Parts: sequence; C-alpha cells; structure tokens
Amino acid sequence: MRKLVQSHATEFALLAVIAAICVVLSLATDSFFSLGNAFDLLNTSSVNIIFAVGLLVVLIAGGIDISFAVAASVVQYVTALILGYIGGGGWISGLLIAGSLGILLGAFNAFLIHRFRIISIVATIATFNIYFGLLMFFTQGVSIYDLPDWLTDRVVLFEHEMADGTWAEITLPVLVMVICVVATWLFITRTTTGRQLYAFGDNPEGARRFGINIGAMQFIAFGWLGMMAGIAGLIQAHYAQEVVPNALYGRELDVLAAVVLGGARLGGGKGSVLGCVLGVLLIAITQNGLNLLGVSPFAFKMIVGAIILIAITLSNTSIEKLLPFMRGARR
Amino acid sequence: MNTAVNRIKELLGPEIAGPGLAFVAVMLFFSLASPQFLSSATFGSVAFQLPELGLLTLAMLLPVLTGGLNLAITFTANLAGLTVAWVLQANGGVDAGMASFILGCILAIAVGAATGVVMGLVIAYTRAHPILVSLSMMIFVRGLGEFLTRGGDISGFPAFLQPIGHGSLAGIPIPLLIFIVCVLVWHVLLTRLKLGFNTYMIGSNIDAARYSGVNTRKVLVLVYTLSGAMSAVAGIIMLARFNSVRVGHGESYLLITVLACFLGGVNPFGGFGRVIPVFVALVVLQLLSSGLNLMGANQHLATAVWGILLIAVMILRWFAAQLMIFNRRKG
Repeated sequence: MRKLVQSHATEFALLAVIAAICVVLSLATDSFFSLGNAFDLLNTSSVNIIFAVGLLVVLIAGGIDISFAVAASVVQYVTALILGYIGGGGWISGLLIAGSLGILLGAFNAFLIHRFRIISIVATIATFNIYFGLLMFFTQGVSIYDLPDWLTDRVVLFEHEMADGTWAEITLPVLVMVICVVATWLFITRTTTGRQLYAFGDNPEGARRFGINIGAMQFIAFGWLGMMAGIAGLIQAHYAQEVVPNALYGRELDVLAAVVLGGARLGGGKGSVLGCVLGVLLIAITQNGLNLLGVSPFAFKMIVGAIILIAITLSNTSIEKLLPFMRGARR
Repeated sequence: MNTAVNRIKELLGPEIAGPGLAFVAVMLFFSLASPQFLSSATFGSVAFQLPELGLLTLAMLLPVLTGGLNLAITFTANLAGLTVAWVLQANGGVDAGMASFILGCILAIAVGAATGVVMGLVIAYTRAHPILVSLSMMIFVRGLGEFLTRGGDISGFPAFLQPIGHGSLAGIPIPLLIFIVCVLVWHVLLTRLKLGFNTYMIGSNIDAARYSGVNTRKVLVLVYTLSGAMSAVAGIIMLARFNSVRVGHGESYLLITVLACFLGGVNPFGGFGRVIPVFVALVVLQLLSSGLNLMGANQHLATAVWGILLIAVMILRWFAAQLMIFNRRKG
C-alpha cells in the first residue's frame, strides 16, 4: 500500500484534495452530494477530459501543444460543412470525419516539429495563429446553427428519476469520454508504442540510440492529440448544439493547467491518465461547488487560479519537507 | 570605420538575420503590391499600434531569456490599467488631476510588480515550471479583474490623458517615444548590467550559474518583477489609447508576444536573444498587418500570416544550419 501511495503520489494527493473538497461541499450545501449533480459534473467536463487525455500523450512525449483547441474549432467547423455537403451522415461518419481532420492538423504540427526541428512550443504557437486566423478569416466569425438533427439531439444513455422529480441523466458525451480515456490508458500503458513514448519523452537521444523511431513518435503523439481534439470538437458542437468559431479559443491554457496539475511533467516522460482526469475533475468540482455555495461566478476563476498556484507550490516543495516521516521510507 | 561596423554587428548580433530578412521582404512585397503602402499614413498607424504589443513583448522577453514564459502579462496589464482607473475615479473621474494620475501609475506599476514577485518567488524557490506558475497566475489575475469589474469596462478619464495615447511630440507619437525609451532601458539592462548578464547565464544553464556564485533565486525574482512592471506600463498605455479599461483588452496579444520573441531570434530554451532584433521583428509584424489591411484583408488574416512568417523564418534558419554543417564537412 505504501509503495502504491509513493509511486502514485500526485494521484493520491489529488484524490485526497478532491475527497476533502467533496466532504466540505456535502456538508455546506444540500445539493452537492446527489446523483444529479455528479452526473451534471461528468456531462459538463467530458469535453475537457477528452482534450486532457490527448494533451497528456503529447506532454509525455516531451512536447507541448498550444494549437489543439483552435484545431478543434477548425475541425468542428469543417465537419459541420462536410456533413451539410453530404447531407446528413451519422455519429459514425461524423466521428470518422472529425477524427481524421484532427489527425491531419496534428500531423501538420508533427511534420514541422520533426522535419525542420522546430521546438514544439514555437511550432504550435505558429499553427495556433494560422489555424485561428484562417478560420476567422474564411468564416468571417459566422456561427453555424443549422446542424443535422442527429448531432443536436440529446442522447440519454442512463436516466434515473430523483426523489424530487428531477432527472439525473448520463448523456452521450460521457460515453465518448470514457471510451477516449480507456483507449488512451490502454495505449500508453499496455502497448509497446505507448511505453516508447515515455522513453522518448524522458530522453529523446537515449530513445533514438535504443532504436526507437523518433519521427514516428512525434507523429503518433501529435496525431493522437489531433484525433482527441477532433472528437472533442464534435462532442462540444453536440453539447452546445451550435458551432461558434471562437467558442474554444483560450481553452488550451485551461486544459494545460489541469493536465499539469494532474502530475504530467512539462519536459516529458511523466504523467498518468488517472492523474490527468483527476486534475480536470478537481477544477470542475471546485467551480461546481463555488456555484452551489452561491459565490459570484465572477470570482470562480480567481479562486481556481489561486488553488492551482497553491497546488503547484505545494507539490513542488518536496513532500519530505512537509512530511518528515516519509523521508526514511523513500530511501 | 571597421570598428564602427564591428560595433554595429555587436549591437545587433547574429539574431538580426531572420527579422532583418523578413523586414526587407515585407517592405519589398508591399511597396510593389500596394501603391499607398510607402506613405506616412502607413507608418503613422504602425507607430501608434506598435507600442501596445511592443511593451507586452518586452515584458515577455526577460522571462523567455531565462528559459521561462510569463503568460500573465496581458491580464497583469489589464489589472494595472484598472488600478489607474480606480485611482482616477476616486479622485473625481473626468476632473481628476495630474497628481492622481501619477499616483495611479505608481500604484499600477506596484501591482504589476507584485504579481511578478509572487511568480518569481514560486518559480525560484519551488523550481516549478514557469509556464505552469504564470498560467495559474494568469487565471487568478483574470479572475480577480473580472470579479472586481463584474466583466464591465471603466471609462471616462481626464482630458490630459488624451496626448499620452494619441499625441505627438516633434512628429513622433508619444506612445512610440515611451516604447523606445523602454526598449533602450531593456537593452542597457541586458547588455550593461550584472542582472542582464546573469539573466543570460540562467537561461543557458541555471545549475552552472548557481555553482558559479550567481544568486539565481534573486535574479529570477527580479526578472519576473521587472516583467510584471513592464506589463503595467503596457496597461497604462492601453488605457490611454482606448480611453477605457476592460479585463480582456489585448488578450489576443498574449501568444503574439511569444511569437515576436521567437521571430526576433530569441532561443526558446533561453540564454540567447537581443532586444534590437525583437524590436525589428515587432516592426515587421505591424507592417505586415498594416499592409494586409491596405490590401483589404482583416486582422484575422494578418494573424494567420504572422504564424506563417514565424514558421518560414524557422524553416529558413533550419536550412541555414544544414548548409553550415554541409560546408563544414566539405572543408
């Protein structure tokens, strides 16, 4: 048990914080601890979790991506146009189109990074501007409200009537989110390619001498994030029932903060799917709780920012300093 | 004669090649493409638009040189602007005197510096990643500003602020003068002062810097403090230019400042980069956007072209490096 706690320190710390917040909120408000609210939380954070597991793969591979949120906007818009052009389509074709477009945009990043040895933050800041600028230029900022019915209809997978007559529902985004999370988990922990990504992120030169194909790693990591971004884009369009070109603008930094809060290291080689999901959930639960507590919505971001800042400060101040008894155990 | 040439070479450094080439290319392209381009109107608009982005880029430059980033600059600028606005409003709004403006500016710079001090302390003492620390500070500062203004804007300032945003002194716009003064201050700081030298040292190799007796923590705190203070100056200029303050003004500049730094030849890992090439890069970016405006395009297309320009410069740099390796092998 002790070994488990030590090897997953970030995840357990996050779990402890989330549990503490949940206990406080359950005592302070009567609406927090309910099935309905829990399902609401899952429904609303699905898109962010899909983004987060995608970004996690890139961070593990030692890169960083700023462009994925606007890439998702591009995918959203183009997918909506293609669906209008072919007249209808369905979930399968929609996800296929969105996923492939996403992979394409991710592969473009990987191409720049691998072929011309541009550092990933430089390349993706450039593509961030290119994707967003071109999207706004060609669309003139016009939103699409005329989406196919299958895309805008809510799909309820599980519902349960609560004592007070309201319905607690799990909707399609949660299913897609779970599939993406499990797929990413299997991919990075159970396949050779996934383990090679960790090796590559930790020490690129070492990985190269070990015979790992560096170029393939970049394309796989950014392609995976692109695919996740594409899927998340489509799901966000489904959830919002509209396609607004700048709806996801600025989301990249929020997701990045959540993922790194979940223990992924900027610099590569470290991070887990569980931690990353917990990171997103911690922020979502905090916002949800503040909302239920009746705190002004304008104060949310301030409090969330302060929490992340404190969390980073504490998690980087070595645990040994705070908990002296762990010191002996670690050695 | 030779010494003079050498002095100039020393002043500009090898980083000037990228932005210098881009400058020539942009000037040639637009003078051929649009007859109105080579006019005082174009340069007037460039001169007035340059300072906002320019001051924020200066604020970004110092942390980038240490191998970090300061993502909080735009919202720190907003918060500083709000500080000035509140001091003016508390002293009579439109009728406020010069003294209250000066007091407001001092407080604004103090507020900006304070955000920098907090970031610097966290980064220096916990060695958390600057992207993460400044990201959470950005979320916090944005939240604080939105909380205090309820998302609204503040306007109605005394008339003597007008010249600071729109006036000219001997034909040179006052904001540009302020910007040039700041550029010179940064140039002197980086080339003549111990702090500047230590900034480069930390960017090259922080451990080596510490072992050679540099107080790296002090330098990091100072770098982020100066960055926060410079953001505040940008915020004051933005207040005078727009005659109003709102949280979110200039938000889109954030990643453009990083782009400008990289375009100006600053090494993304820190340690190398000069102020003058970054200044040239900024001029190129503004010329591009003014030129495209003349040809009937909007700012969004200009943003995309900025991204393409960055990639083009990076690819050219890669080719130059390949060529050098090739030549060395031959010789």
